[in-house]
Amino acid sequence: MIFIQFLNGLSTAMLLFLLASGLTLIFGVLRVINFAHGSLYMLGAYFTYSIATLSGNYWLSLVVAPLCVAVAAAIIELLFLRRLYAREHEFQLLLLFGFVLVLDDVVKACWGTALKLVPKPAALDGSVQILGRTFPEYTVLIIVLGPLVALGLWYALARTRIGKQIVAASLDRDAANALGMNVPFLYTTVFVFGAWLGGLGGAVAAPLRAASPGMGMEIVIMSFAVVIIGGLGSIWGAFLGSILIGEVLAFGTLVVPKFVVVLPFAFMILVFLWRPQGLFGKGGV
Amino acid sequence: MSDPKHQPAQKLVFVAIAILLVIYPLVLPRFYSALAIEILIMSLFALSFNLMFGYAGMLSFGQAMFFGIGAYTAGLFLKYISSSLALAMFACVTASFLAAVLIGFVCVRFTRTYFIMLTVAFSELIYAIGHKWASLTGGDDGLVGIPIPRYAIAHLPTIDLENIQTYYYFTLIVVALGALVLRIIVNSRFGHVLRAIRDNRERAEFLGLNVRRHLLLSFAIAGLFAGLAGALLIPFEGMVSLETLHFSRSADPIIMSILGGTRFFLGPVVGSALFILIKDTIQNFAEFWMLWMGAIFVGTVLFLPGGVVGFVGSLGLFRSRHATTEEKEG
Repeated sequence: MIFIQFLNGLSTAMLLFLLASGLTLIFGVLRVINFAHGSLYMLGAYFTYSIATLSGNYWLSLVVAPLCVAVAAAIIELLFLRRLYAREHEFQLLLLFGFVLVLDDVVKACWGTALKLVPKPAALDGSVQILGRTFPEYTVLIIVLGPLVALGLWYALARTRIGKQIVAASLDRDAANALGMNVPFLYTTVFVFGAWLGGLGGAVAAPLRAASPGMGMEIVIMSFAVVIIGGLGSIWGAFLGSILIGEVLAFGTLVVPKFVVVLPFAFMILVFLWRPQGLFGKGGV
Repeated sequence: MSDPKHQPAQKLVFVAIAILLVIYPLVLPRFYSALAIEILIMSLFALSFNLMFGYAGMLSFGQAMFFGIGAYTAGLFLKYISSSLALAMFACVTASFLAAVLIGFVCVRFTRTYFIMLTVAFSELIYAIGHKWASLTGGDDGLVGIPIPRYAIAHLPTIDLENIQTYYYFTLIVVALGALVLRIIVNSRFGHVLRAIRDNRERAEFLGLNVRRHLLLSFAIAGLFAGLAGALLIPFEGMVSLETLHFSRSADPIIMSILGGTRFFLGPVVGSALFILIKDTIQNFAEFWMLWMGAIFVGTVLFLPGGVVGFVGSLGLFRSRHATTEEKEG
């Protein structure tokens, strides 16, 4: 029972990680919290719904939907956000917040307000036996996907050329620029890639939680808690933060089922008071 | 200070607006009184938000928590303790002020991104408590069965808030007084220190100013007025709905302040009037008004950094005294 609950927590955690990693990556370079991240996640879920119902193939939608989200993010960054880099960070954040308002209603206008259920892919609709208990296969996929994404991110940032440039730009934008790196291009890349991760989160979440207009805000606020706990800008921080929040939610349900939604924020505030820069943060709050 | 020849014209406009506000509910039908009440309440709410954002540079995404705390406190007080309007209002401002001191104590230690995310997190925390502690707050159904107070203090003439005209005048007086107090605050030494912190926190610290204490006080004052605005909403809805604590409520004063102009004292008031009128207009022909409001908001952020007031001011037709001082500082 406890182990199964642990796995449930892990699946929530890995879903959160898909969002939080994009959030923290974007923050690391652009120094702005992407308020619209939840909306992009939501778009990912709705695109998945549409593509999966039209084509009848979930796997196709899992590939295409996040790419569509990435295109939407590219439009936001190139046409809108880019104009505000010279202004205070608050205005970039406010702009992204404006997109939250717009996208929430765009989704309602396009898909209606009712929940959109995406059937689980047939290949993973069954369940597996874990310690004598049945556990849905699809949840296993999510648990496996999280660490894979984390490793992929680590590899991309530490071992590839563009990854190293991104790390360099996050450490010192001006120096990176002076060394001849194309910093505006890096900004776009990071924003679009972070959004792609969020879209992937939405695509993965769609069969599990169904697509609904409020889904974005709910999870993005939870991801805020994750990145604060882990330390803004840190991928491994986001990974650990996701696991902590996921497990707090999973075991909180057992102990105080009624007030479980309170726990992640209470936990976050405690961690924050103890270590404001987060578990993996490097100061500079 | 500005060109003196603008002064009489400006005073004239203010007097005209004041007269309009007083005779307004006498000549127009009920619906418009309700609309004006909503604008007035949201103006106070937006002014409270802008004391933090426009003057102290703290962008709060959780101002609804104080709006809601004020509303719930007043509602609970009226329902369970006493039907005295004056005491209920006192309880409401005390509770929202104290809540803001406690929450602000944590939040103002941090700047920018962390501050913003903390306000969001606290706001979610308060919302979750309001939602789940149903025995106290009524949960999803909201707090119902609040007796609408009929008098303030026994010796004064009866104030019947169920009468929409009385309610309108009561709101007008409270909001006007609140705005006046806020105006005095931003023009005081304290207000100037806030602007100094907003423009350069480090320099303010080096000048020996206690940055945290100033920010905490402005956070607490903003919480107090947000709470007062929330309580004013009770006769309007006849209840306290859970929605008063919701994140989307926190969005309202942000949109209003940006729309009107955060660097002008009355910007949030203009913004709240625009917001409510635009919302009302759009709702007449479109189902999803927030889509258009969001688009207007995005456009304002991109192209009108000074909001509508700033834009009108830049045309030079209607330069207000305050706008000029602000421009010089900016």
